[in-house]
Amino acid sequence: MNPVTGSAREIARAVNARTASAAEIAEVLIPHAERVDAQLNAYLELTPELMRAHAKRVEERVAAGESLPLAGVPVAIKDNMCLEGTHTTAGSKILNGFVAPYTATAVQRLLAAGALPVGKTNLDEFAMGSSGENSAYGLTRNPYDTDRVPGGSSAGSAAAVAGFEATISLGSDTGGSIREPAAFCNVVGFKPTYGRVSRYGLIAFASSLDQIGPFARTVEDAALTYDVIAGKDPLDATSVDRAVEPAADGLREDLRGVRIGIVTEFALDKLDPASRACYETAYADLERLGAELVEVSLPTAEYGLATYYLIAPAECSSNLARFDGVRYGLRADAPDVNEMYERTRAAGFGPEVKRRILIGTYALSSGYYDAYYLKAQKARTRIAEDFARAFERCDAIVSPAASSPAFRFNAKSDPVTMYLMDYYTIPGSLAGLPSLSVPCGAALPEDGTRPMPMGLQMTTPLFTERALLGYAHAYERATLHAEKIMPLTMDAESSMMLRTPTGNLA
Amino acid sequence: MSTVESARSNGSANASLSNWEPVIGIECHVELKTVSKMFCGCPNEFGGEPNTKVCPVCLALPGALPVPNARAIEHMVRAGLAFGATIPPHSKFDRKNYFYPDMPKNYQISQYDMPLTVGGVVRYWLEDGSRGECRLTRIHLEEDTGKSTHASADGRLAGATSSLIDFNRAGVPLMECVGEPDIRSADEAVAFVETLARTFRELGVSDVKMEEGSLRCDANVSIRPRGETEYGTKAEIKHINSFRSLRRAIESEIRRQIDVVESGGRVIQETRGWDEAAGVTHSQRSKEEAHDYRYFPDPDLVPVDVTAEYVESVRATLVETPYERYARYVDSYGIDGKRATQLVDDHALAAWFDRAVEAASGKAQAVVAFVLGDLARLANESGAHVASGKVTPEAIAELVALTSSNAINSKAAKQVLETLWNEGGSAKAIVEREGLAQVSDRGAVAAIVEDVLSANPKVVADYKAGKTTVLGFLTGAVMKASRGKANPALAQELLKEKLQAG
Repeated sequence: MNPVTGSAREIARAVNARTASAAEIAEVLIPHAERVDAQLNAYLELTPELMRAHAKRVEERVAAGESLPLAGVPVAIKDNMCLEGTHTTAGSKILNGFVAPYTATAVQRLLAAGALPVGKTNLDEFAMGSSGENSAYGLTRNPYDTDRVPGGSSAGSAAAVAGFEATISLGSDTGGSIREPAAFCNVVGFKPTYGRVSRYGLIAFASSLDQIGPFARTVEDAALTYDVIAGKDPLDATSVDRAVEPAADGLREDLRGVRIGIVTEFALDKLDPASRACYETAYADLERLGAELVEVSLPTAEYGLATYYLIAPAECSSNLARFDGVRYGLRADAPDVNEMYERTRAAGFGPEVKRRILIGTYALSSGYYDAYYLKAQKARTRIAEDFARAFERCDAIVSPAASSPAFRFNAKSDPVTMYLMDYYTIPGSLAGLPSLSVPCGAALPEDGTRPMPMGLQMTTPLFTERALLGYAHAYERATLHAEKIMPLTMDAESSMMLRTPTGNLA
Repeated sequence: MSTVESARSNGSANASLSNWEPVIGIECHVELKTVSKMFCGCPNEFGGEPNTKVCPVCLALPGALPVPNARAIEHMVRAGLAFGATIPPHSKFDRKNYFYPDMPKNYQISQYDMPLTVGGVVRYWLEDGSRGECRLTRIHLEEDTGKSTHASADGRLAGATSSLIDFNRAGVPLMECVGEPDIRSADEAVAFVETLARTFRELGVSDVKMEEGSLRCDANVSIRPRGETEYGTKAEIKHINSFRSLRRAIESEIRRQIDVVESGGRVIQETRGWDEAAGVTHSQRSKEEAHDYRYFPDPDLVPVDVTAEYVESVRATLVETPYERYARYVDSYGIDGKRATQLVDDHALAAWFDRAVEAASGKAQAVVAFVLGDLARLANESGAHVASGKVTPEAIAELVALTSSNAINSKAAKQVLETLWNEGGSAKAIVEREGLAQVSDRGAVAAIVEDVLSANPKVVADYKAGKTTVLGFLTGAVMKASRGKANPALAQELLKEKLQAG
């Protein structure tokens, strides 16, 4: 078992069996992450001391006879989740210096399951963005081409796992913030059903859409992480009190008898030829694995983007009101409190955040509420109904996870062009559905010289995470796309390490 | 305002009041009595060191989420039912967005268009014994803010050089009772709010400690010519925190509006503050400057479903309301309004009183005479409460029976009561033990009368000379000779008989 390239399953098995120690894993992983991160900037903060402390604790518990599902597994945490004692900024200047005095429930569950916190990862400010370029603390680079974006908003969490800086990570997905960067970075990114994972301790962007989920290099590791973090939390009123069917064990190997929906409105001819070829192959592979492909229609999906860009900003305009300079974070000097609010927020928020606060404030204003916010809520209901109808004819819906492969930095300066990256992910978010991106090959970008990873999005009905992960697992094991390309960020020492006899990427 | 000015102003207002009808609607904010705050586990307690009863949720730290307090919702349902409100099956929480430093999230979780209780009527009574009623629009649930202390000379935020905020109160459950504009005077407004306060205390939903700010009122005041059915333009007086201020603020605002209209002006819709020291309201914010609160359903909370079974289970625990109790005392027992109020305002005493009335087979007036008379005096003298003293309701019932059957006289009754207060026990036993039974035997009293008359020949002569007032002295002498046990009425009757006969 290689601490850097090993899977979460392998690491936990070895640590529980005491054939590997959590402390050793930490000591190998920490310098590797430090080296790689010099190129990627996936982390805003590495937490080696905390990682060592948790490694010690894991060893004590294992020695006492406990078996922990994530024993010794290095995990990266998106910096919009609180981890007690660590800086938690959500990628925003307005939270510069803020140290979380408590730990988010999902993070707490990972740590209780034996995971080791490597650090807090970079993100688009307050999870608003699709490229990782909106962070106040610099951009994160794609491990497969450091001139390109890793996707966003969970940029660092995707890049850290792709770059072997962590085995698994937590991201958050509001309109595609897990699935799109997963597709760009050749990893699995999984957004569970809305309400499956507690949002307590996740800095809210849009409360009715935000959902925490895992990144991993394998579907099985994503499932293993999901099994740990899912379930009702008394601290989150919107978390669902419904039994979680464990997903990681007995994931299926084929797709016999599975009806897979191809969405008429998501016709592949909108894509560049290389991307299109990639998805055509993917759909054929699904059929080859025994699935029956059926055409389904989501007639209201085209309104997804407009709907999302009313609801999400409306909620964010209210959620971000607490960042006012009164109790924590940045506070600008001013002669009176109103001036202090204005100066603090003007200095603390980046342009994309300000844009969305303005849109949202407008959408909720008296006289506009019915025309915008209420209408968007009605559209949201219609979109969810479309999915429900489609699922009468199929068990899962597949589509591209993103509108293109990873693009170059500064390539999408127009906000709407950037918003369009989430064209395929947003409808499922509005419907609250479980959805993931699984690597499905590589395509040469029109402006590139090197093929970039592609992601296949799979979406299933509410609370069918186990089925969804099973389909993805069958596809992954049959195609092994993730293992066919390697990140460029490995220096000589790291590459040497990857060639160890137990390294599964040698 | 000097006394002279005050008198003049009152005089003119009184003259004008006959032409103008005030229309008043009250909104009351009442802190609920719960163990923990509305959306987190922090203790819901008044005071304490600043910022010691806080957590990530009530401080609105990044990532913290609210979870509703089930007890607070139960209190709301109970309060609504007590006033005959409808409890809709579906309710929800909304966000009311505005920036204020002592409101940590910069939005307040409140209820906009689907409150927990709708409608209902508050029946109240006034000091003069008259009664009235005011419909409720709704009662909704929300959270309180923290408290700011401003370090400026004029006490306002604007000129402050610094402000201190205590968040201990932030997130305390608060119900807002919105009344219809059914009220026509400051006295009625006070009676309405007093009845709300009494009822919430009785229901156990709030302690209603006005000195701790757990009840605050806003008063919407307008005037219209008498006979007019349309409402005039209203002004809202905010943040009134005592009954005295409520009465004064409304009276002052009515006078102001009459003065404005009678001098040819127009009342404008605005928010006004009450200046306790100056005794006037002052303009704070006009309608044009009003906030757009951008209400929308709180996406951190799920809709509240209140089942019919739940409503019935709460209804089953309802007790008699203070108004019902007051009406029973006055209408069924014939107790005067002032005494009835006295009882209603002391829950333990009223409960004790009810038991005594029951034991005394409904002789409520005789019981109340003891309870609010000598018994209250004894309790007061020893600093104890009647209900926690040694006198049982049954003993009072015995005492009532003994006096109403003339078995003991009132003087003896006082003595028995005092013994009961000090020692407890049975009134009858004390009467027997102390030999206090009234002597109503004609022959026995006649013998004492004979003795007294023969011992006071001079007084007898005075009486016969026409000075009949000495009868009191002679009666006293008989009572004294009988060691207080003679029936005084009988003694007097026999004295007259003998004096006139002789």
